[in-house]
Amino acid sequence: MHIDYFGSLPLIAIWLGLGAIGITIQAFVRNNTRLVFGYYLGTLLLTAALALITSGHKGTTFQDMITLGGVANYFDVVFCAAGVLTMLAARPYLQREGVELDEFYTLLVSATAGMMLMAHANNLLVLFVGIELMSITFYVMAGFIRTNIRSVEASLKYFLLGAFASGFLVYGMSLIYGATGSLQYDVIRDVVAQNTTNFPTLFAIGAVLMAVAMSFKIAAFPFHQWAPDVYEGSPTVVTAFMSTAGKAAAFSAFVALFMALMPGTSSLTPQLQLMLAVVSAITMLVGNITAVAQTNIKRMLAYSSIAHAGYLLMGIVSNSADGYSGIVFYVTSYVFMQLGAFVVVGILERQNNTQLEINDYAGLAKREPMLAFSMAVFMLSLAGIPPFAGFFGKYLLFVAAIETGYTWLTIVAVASSVVSAYFYLGLIVKMYFTEPSGEREPATSGLAGITLVVTTAVSIVLGLFASPFLATFKSWW
Amino acid sequence: MGTAALLATLFAPLAGSLALLFIHKDQAKAIKTTALVFSVLTFLGSTLLVPGFDAGSAAMQFTIDMPWLTSIDAGLRLGIDGTSLLLVLLTTLIMPIAFLTSWGSVTKSVKEYNVLMLLLQFGMTGVFMATDTFLFYVFWELILIPMYFIIGIWGGKDRIYAAIKFFLYTLVGSLLMLIAIIWLGLEVGAMTGNGFTANLAVLREHAPMIAPQVQTWLFLAFALSFLIKVPLFPLHTWLPDAHVQAPTAGSVILAGVLLKLGTYGLIRFNLDLFPVASVQFATPISVLAVVGIIYGALVAMVQTDIKKLVAYSSVSHLGFVVLGIFSMTTEGIQGAVIQMVSHGLSTGMLFLCVGALYERRHTREIADYGGITSVMPRFAVLFALAMFASVGLPGLNGFVGEFLILLGAFTSPVLNNQMFAIVSASGVIFAAVYLLWMFQRVMFGTNDNPENKHLRDLTASEYWQLVPLAVFIIWIGVAPRHFMHFSETSVKAVVERVGTFTGKVSSVLPLPQQQR
Repeated sequence: MHIDYFGSLPLIAIWLGLGAIGITIQAFVRNNTRLVFGYYLGTLLLTAALALITSGHKGTTFQDMITLGGVANYFDVVFCAAGVLTMLAARPYLQREGVELDEFYTLLVSATAGMMLMAHANNLLVLFVGIELMSITFYVMAGFIRTNIRSVEASLKYFLLGAFASGFLVYGMSLIYGATGSLQYDVIRDVVAQNTTNFPTLFAIGAVLMAVAMSFKIAAFPFHQWAPDVYEGSPTVVTAFMSTAGKAAAFSAFVALFMALMPGTSSLTPQLQLMLAVVSAITMLVGNITAVAQTNIKRMLAYSSIAHAGYLLMGIVSNSADGYSGIVFYVTSYVFMQLGAFVVVGILERQNNTQLEINDYAGLAKREPMLAFSMAVFMLSLAGIPPFAGFFGKYLLFVAAIETGYTWLTIVAVASSVVSAYFYLGLIVKMYFTEPSGEREPATSGLAGITLVVTTAVSIVLGLFASPFLATFKSWW
Repeated sequence: MGTAALLATLFAPLAGSLALLFIHKDQAKAIKTTALVFSVLTFLGSTLLVPGFDAGSAAMQFTIDMPWLTSIDAGLRLGIDGTSLLLVLLTTLIMPIAFLTSWGSVTKSVKEYNVLMLLLQFGMTGVFMATDTFLFYVFWELILIPMYFIIGIWGGKDRIYAAIKFFLYTLVGSLLMLIAIIWLGLEVGAMTGNGFTANLAVLREHAPMIAPQVQTWLFLAFALSFLIKVPLFPLHTWLPDAHVQAPTAGSVILAGVLLKLGTYGLIRFNLDLFPVASVQFATPISVLAVVGIIYGALVAMVQTDIKKLVAYSSVSHLGFVVLGIFSMTTEGIQGAVIQMVSHGLSTGMLFLCVGALYERRHTREIADYGGITSVMPRFAVLFALAMFASVGLPGLNGFVGEFLILLGAFTSPVLNNQMFAIVSASGVIFAAVYLLWMFQRVMFGTNDNPENKHLRDLTASEYWQLVPLAVFIIWIGVAPRHFMHFSETSVKAVVERVGTFTGKVSSVLPLPQQQR
């Protein structure tokens, strides 16, 4: 068996760093959180660097179960960046909450490893392992503050529903295996493209079940119900990581998987596209309209994150190189703006889930001008207002959808964008246009400040300097 | 040199807003001075556009084409024709005045205010200069953010409602326009075989050949976005709120420049790209324009708040502009262009006058005033000038535009119905009624309110704000040619283009040739 060691370096780095060395360190070094924190931060940075270095080295390895290079490596960098930014924000947060345990960082890096596996998967079983590694880690992280009933509830809810979704996933995989005779993405694609599946009906059911499972992971209608509760109950830094990197990972897998399940020549492709288009349209409407009614900022951001899953689905619906490029760009900008928004929430939050109402943000611009400015940038970017990064991503997805004839979907997207502007602006209204009520102790950001500076800067300039990114994306498909 | 002046005019405000970031927020005076200096320099820079400008050419001039997002064919494509030149000059003239008027009245968060104002100027100039649909859209939306904050933070009592309404109204239209921009780019891309394009020159060449049904949808999407901004009846309801709640400088900019973005867009995109659909929809849009003229005037008549009165007068005046554009005659569109500039000057000046009264008395109710002439005689002269310009008194700027628009509407082969001109002419009479009546109640009569007995006449700063506008109001009124010859060739080109594609040759009365 030939193994491409060079191309696998990022995966090897995170697995060795996590499994072999990291756990050993934790076994012998006790109560030295700073060391563990620094070690895992280094692991993520090294992994990201290796992913960049090996990005031009394309191919498959481990008996074609793993793809290397290109978009998978790009996603590695995104996950690691999200991981690093979350870790920086998590340290002050967990210290304030009094629960800074070494294991948090282990879990975070473990989830990142799972995400990378999802992005690199070229085989349904590898995909399953990646998804489970990420999800199980998330279940634990969601309940990380175990004395807090909300956190435990979130964890349990997420686990029960997530396990259910995994069932759909495995069932779908088995049907697809039965219909196509393979677990390999490229083989499945060839079989489907030639319309030579053994049992077309089984394949159709399998594909739909896969879509169900993936919809759960990206929190798309009608499998989005867990998201608000879980996002609200989880520690804010965990929510930040789950809702950004987790969603990015789900989309990295979604893209690779549905490129295999929806080749252009397959007779089933138009129906699958239509189904996903309907899911996409309802998801963005439900997400945005429900978000308007929220008074809790974490729930509002949770519904907004559901809506963004809807926008991102437009790329899958269009099933074209432009659509996939749009997803990759949108995911990149989304990770930074949404992560930044949750980090602001985390900085302002106080123990026992207080300071989480939108009303608590009244007059924030007077009290904390820098935090308010960052938050305003994130809100405008999430609303898709140029010149912020979110606009450019949305634009690319719109182009892709209109190009493939889904103009009606774009119109729905536009309508729901207007709705979304209402609640994103509502927060800006609170922060800038109203007076602060009562005295509050000043917020301290600590390391999270670095996260905020980075995420704000990226949200402002990413779109303006998008050209090299788009050129790179084009070379992949 | 023209290209350099163009770049300077566009980017100087951006540079100014960045420069302000390095001044500490407690140094309010330094901040205000810097912003004012930048805006004055921008105005001087923009006047350098004039000598090199070839008024005999309809083409875009001083063009710049730099690659930006190459894979979606969006570039930094800039250029101006006669119409944009006039509007750019209007913008750069209004901005220093806006800074002067907010000098004393804006006292909270001075730094943020000035940064936002300069960003606003950057966006507005960009819209008038962009020759790339993507860039145009980015500038178009860029305007929204600073204006939203200016109304929301520095506005009046109901500022939050007004700011959100302003934002959402504009956003609805502009997002539909975004879809149209994409659709148009893809359609033309399919024709040329080069894929999606945002280059206005390419789009212009191919857009009229798009399938008629698609053209109709594209036209409607663009038109809706622009008509909300104008605003055309019945899409105007955001305007009175935004105007009344905005600080004086905000109102001046709103009336002076922002509303013109819509009418400019109609000429640049709707008429130029979709001549067939424009002719098709000329009548319904003109009907709404005429309704707007009358409705705006009637509502203005019953206002008790001076600022609201001026705001509704804008609805009426902009109705004229839309009517002129959709008459599709050289006279009508030329009149519309000059009316855009005139309205910016005279309504801007009216808002400044209202602002000056408000500064002194902190009320805008007409009933609180009376006999102000006796205490503020110099103010009365300039206020009267602005009022008469707005009424459309011959010899002042308002007359030129309204006359040409009515002429265009009367002779228009596209509208082919003299009733448009006849009914809207009554709007001119109504304008005289509501403005003169307001002026009479505020300025004349007996000064019997004790609070009005000792008002200060104009300050030096207010002279600096009002006199430049007054100069241009008279200049345009007396010698409109000095201004209109810039846009004449570009407007004629648009009209001929409409004629070529629809077979309706529109210019019945040739304008007198320019005499040099």
